[in-house]
Amino acid sequence: MPSFILNDKIIDSQLPSGTLLLDFIRYHKRLTGTKIGCREGDCGACTVLIGDLVDGQMKYQNVTSCLTPIGNVYGKHVVSVEGLNMEDLTPVQQFMIDESGTQCGFCTVGFVMSLSGYCLSNSAPNYKDAIASIDGNICRCTGYKSIERATQKITDTLKNKDTEHTVKWLVENKFIPDYFLDIPKRMEALNPVEEKITKAILIGGGTDLYVQKHDQLVDKEVGLVAHQNSLRYITAENGICTIGGGTTVTDLLESELFSSFFSNLSDHVKLVSSSPIRNISTVAGNFVNASPIGDFTAFFLALDAKITLSENDKDRTIFLKDFYKGYKDLDKSKEEILTAISFAIPSSNSQFNLEKISKRIHLDIASVNSAIAIATANNTIETIHISAGGVGPIPTYLHQTVAFLKGKAITAENIKQANEVLQSEISPISDVRGTADYKRLLLRQLFYAHFVKLFPNQIALKSLV
Amino acid sequence: MKNIDAKGHVTGKSIYVDDIPTIQGTLYGLPFGSPIAHGKIKSVDYSNALAFPGVVRILTFQDIKGENQIGGIFPDEELFAEKEVHFQGQPIALIVAESDHIAYQARKLIEIDIEEHTPIVDPREAQQKGQLIFPPRTFKLGDTKNSWAQCAHVFEGKADSNGQEHLYIEAQGAYAVPLENGNIKISSSTQGPTAVQRTTARVLGVGMHRIEVDVVRLGGGFGGKEDQATPWGVMAALGVQVLNRPVKLILNRVDDMKMTGKRHPYSSDYKIGLSKDLKILAYEATFYQNAGAAADLSPAVMERTLFHATNAYFVPNVEVTAYSCKTNLPPNTAFRGFGGPQGMFVIESAIAHAATELNVPTHQIQKQNLLKDGDEFPYGQIADGVGLSKIWSDLEAKFDLEKVKKQIEDFNANHFEVKKGYSLQPITFGISFTKTPMNQARALVHIYSDGTVGVSTGAVEMGQGVNTKMLQIAAQMFAIDPSKVKLESTNTTRVSNTSPSAASATADLNGKALQNACNALIKRLKKSAANHFEVNKEDIAFQQDKVFCQGDETNMTWEQLVDMAFLERVCLTENGHYATPIINFDKSIEKGHPFAYHVHGLALTEVTVDCIRGSYEFDAVKIVHDFGQTMNPSVDYGQIEGGLVQGMGWMTMEEISYDKNGRLASSSLSTYKIPDIYSVPKEIIIEALETEGAELAILKSKAVGEPPLMYGLGAYFAIENAVKAFNPNFKSTFDAPFTNEKVLMALYSN
Repeated sequence: MPSFILNDKIIDSQLPSGTLLLDFIRYHKRLTGTKIGCREGDCGACTVLIGDLVDGQMKYQNVTSCLTPIGNVYGKHVVSVEGLNMEDLTPVQQFMIDESGTQCGFCTVGFVMSLSGYCLSNSAPNYKDAIASIDGNICRCTGYKSIERATQKITDTLKNKDTEHTVKWLVENKFIPDYFLDIPKRMEALNPVEEKITKAILIGGGTDLYVQKHDQLVDKEVGLVAHQNSLRYITAENGICTIGGGTTVTDLLESELFSSFFSNLSDHVKLVSSSPIRNISTVAGNFVNASPIGDFTAFFLALDAKITLSENDKDRTIFLKDFYKGYKDLDKSKEEILTAISFAIPSSNSQFNLEKISKRIHLDIASVNSAIAIATANNTIETIHISAGGVGPIPTYLHQTVAFLKGKAITAENIKQANEVLQSEISPISDVRGTADYKRLLLRQLFYAHFVKLFPNQIALKSLV
Repeated sequence: MKNIDAKGHVTGKSIYVDDIPTIQGTLYGLPFGSPIAHGKIKSVDYSNALAFPGVVRILTFQDIKGENQIGGIFPDEELFAEKEVHFQGQPIALIVAESDHIAYQARKLIEIDIEEHTPIVDPREAQQKGQLIFPPRTFKLGDTKNSWAQCAHVFEGKADSNGQEHLYIEAQGAYAVPLENGNIKISSSTQGPTAVQRTTARVLGVGMHRIEVDVVRLGGGFGGKEDQATPWGVMAALGVQVLNRPVKLILNRVDDMKMTGKRHPYSSDYKIGLSKDLKILAYEATFYQNAGAAADLSPAVMERTLFHATNAYFVPNVEVTAYSCKTNLPPNTAFRGFGGPQGMFVIESAIAHAATELNVPTHQIQKQNLLKDGDEFPYGQIADGVGLSKIWSDLEAKFDLEKVKKQIEDFNANHFEVKKGYSLQPITFGISFTKTPMNQARALVHIYSDGTVGVSTGAVEMGQGVNTKMLQIAAQMFAIDPSKVKLESTNTTRVSNTSPSAASATADLNGKALQNACNALIKRLKKSAANHFEVNKEDIAFQQDKVFCQGDETNMTWEQLVDMAFLERVCLTENGHYATPIINFDKSIEKGHPFAYHVHGLALTEVTVDCIRGSYEFDAVKIVHDFGQTMNPSVDYGQIEGGLVQGMGWMTMEEISYDKNGRLASSSLSTYKIPDIYSVPKEIIIEALETEGAELAILKSKAVGEPPLMYGLGAYFAIENAVKAFNPNFKSTFDAPFTNEKVLMALYSN
């Protein structure tokens, strides 16, 4: 029987693996501190922590329990607010009160959990990262300034944190109860998790499927892709970087190897969703979802990535740009699993940029996004790949624009002409994310933004508009 | 004092409706709503849904013993649609099942056949077709018709503001349980417990005394639970009446967004006339309020639009007319500001329009026309205790307005890809329910024989800190430690006939009722103490849990006095009643003195627009606000920050989107965006105006719930200011919200 730890109790789960962690916590265990706000990962009221034993040390992340199948926490430590509460308030709780960071209170536990998760991270404290930990938590009452002040106080209090022994330091300083000290040992005693993908409905992080197909999943056994540690890896060999199909977005961000290929990966990733979602959502899931505005689809299209599709022991590898046949129509059989993503490691003269604009700049779905990977020599474009999302039925690789620009010099005139080509190969439609006219103009601007940002000495906005 | 609920909130121990332990046998209700916005129901087939295992019953209008009617102001809204549907999501039935998961599966099995009619979504179209909720109203001052000739400048235009989803993080919900003798208790997430009680009684065909409504707290309301919490409480109670089992009904987010009304979108025309020296001589406006499919609170919301049509300005000649237009959207409803912000946006647009044409800074016209003491509002009240000129000069001095302007000009001269903009936004907001009879409240105070105190009022705690303020009042008046005072839930059995917690007036009304109750108790206790010490009543005082006699501390504690009074058979319970004096309003002439007092303030908003991408960030909002004498700075400053950001959301990213068929496209948090932590101003500074405060405000601490929302209007005009720095050809559209899309289109428009 699969098992996990909820707060300080071991749970032997007899529920279907597709049961949502949120429902388990609130209704099966009646731990009602965890709230329901939207059930689609967009408010953070249901935030809990998930801890995993990595190299002998516990690593905790905040996640939205409304999108987490219970199967994805087998063998892990789940913490709800009841698992943080002690006789006295924790510093996180106390500062939220001191700075009046709570009004109606409904979102508050989510903030407390995210901030406590931040305290549990094994990195040195800084205010920017602390704020990033609550980027998935929405508050409708406070206007956030009081929460920012609380976050500043919390960060200050962490300045002497012993990041080699985070849990011990936090227990000593009353951030968390002392049962956390025994968790690593108890984790080892949990029932081993079976590493096999069943034929049931496949779930990666679940962050999209549980929004789209909630009713069809919550009482079912599901196939757990993200849980397969064998699919969570990032390697580099012979100039090729390969990423396992179970790799989460946070895995990418935290990978020194992957980060080394991009000069400002964290800025790009910050544009994509929120930290609790990035902690569970997989890159492969973003591809298979087939949304025309998938941010990581745009990202990897510009890397001209390839994907490996596997069925039983049969593998085949295709270009990501050939994966999409039409709106939500993939070159993939029902049984195939996206097991790996690979791309040529960018050359030293190559630059990369991701642009995205949405109604709200963070934690939102793009109106239009675009990525570029470009290598130049003597101001001439040697290789170039450009993608765009939100301007057609599929994530778009801008073939004609790329062909036009290859071998050209970086000049305003060439970029303006390339935009003419670009406009001819897109077909945006009007929807809730913007009118077709807006999306055309916006893609032009994001296309220009790539060059203004990457070639500030050659290209200024003024020369383009 | 910090919010008394804060400890419960940070530990997750605070209780909301869905956290109440469920009684064995509880059933779950799920409304089935109309799939289209307008049509005639030909047939509904429930058979497959009823056959689904675990479905107990499907309730429709046929199960109603009383009236199938939930309209609060006008009886024009059915609980369950009988023959016709008038908006998408309009409830037709309630599925009652053993679990909500079962109910959701069963809902998909209901088959409905509707004859589709063409819906109306545009208020101007509704007005042209004579589709009005009730007749239009006009407020007049002076004579605009004969003023235009005297104006050196006259400008006309159109200004639109979109709706706004409340997005309380706790969705609507209620839990009804059967008591004996057919009585029902409803735990409801409502701002208006009495509205739930009254409407339930009406629908169930029983007396109000049979229905007890209890509210512990709300996970946010903002007006969205003033009237629109009612149907869910009624439905749950109907389930109890029919099935004699507890019924819980918690809406999921998408249903909540589709089935409930929002802030009213408005489309308006304005005409403004100014003298050579920029005095506004005349102002006319016509407001087309998009009321949705039923009246709900629209008449009252529309009225407040008229009351606040001239915002913080004195205009000698005014004529403003409002139409409440019936469309096929969910009935729009109260939302913080209650029609006031929509009216204020129009005059701010008119002033910005005039400023652009006359090539002067907008704030020059604003400043030139600020309201001052003795000025007459278009509704007849004479302005008093205004302080706007002091507020304006305070802001100029404290935040060095000239320097800010200079820095922005310099920045714009040196940057092409980014531009900065700013705006000033004065506000004047009237405090009181504009319907005079609603300005009353009661508070019930028990002093228990051990000296502890229980306080019940009609105020609903929804994050605004009203319970903290009530506790402060009781503890201060009895001069006892706050730990000895408990704030009870808001319950119709303890405090009856309550007005909803709304109109920013909750603390004033309930606080004054509480003061009355406490004063009566103090009087009786002082009499006991005076008898004991053989002195006059006036010689007795209470301080720090002790009885003082003739200015000296005695050895009698509060507890001892209470115990002594109890043994003397003194009544230790009091029901305080309060009705706001002075206020009145005569609708037949549209004149009177509707407000106890006004709240004023001024905000300076600074923004940076990314002219490549059309996105923007707010650098700062700096405010001088008239709190009166704030009785709780941490609560009141929190209201300013939160209200401001909510108003900025309405003006910037929050975009309600209905298609031409009246279907809500922005029906989830992935398509409707409210401010997140990265989109709020980098800096919010709030300075308090030094002032006496208003007598009719509780402890001279002025109401603070709604007014700050209107500082958010400044966001719109600051963005516009920056856009014009990039594109001088941009012709203002006055079409809020100023989304990233509109900004980019404006930057590159010809």
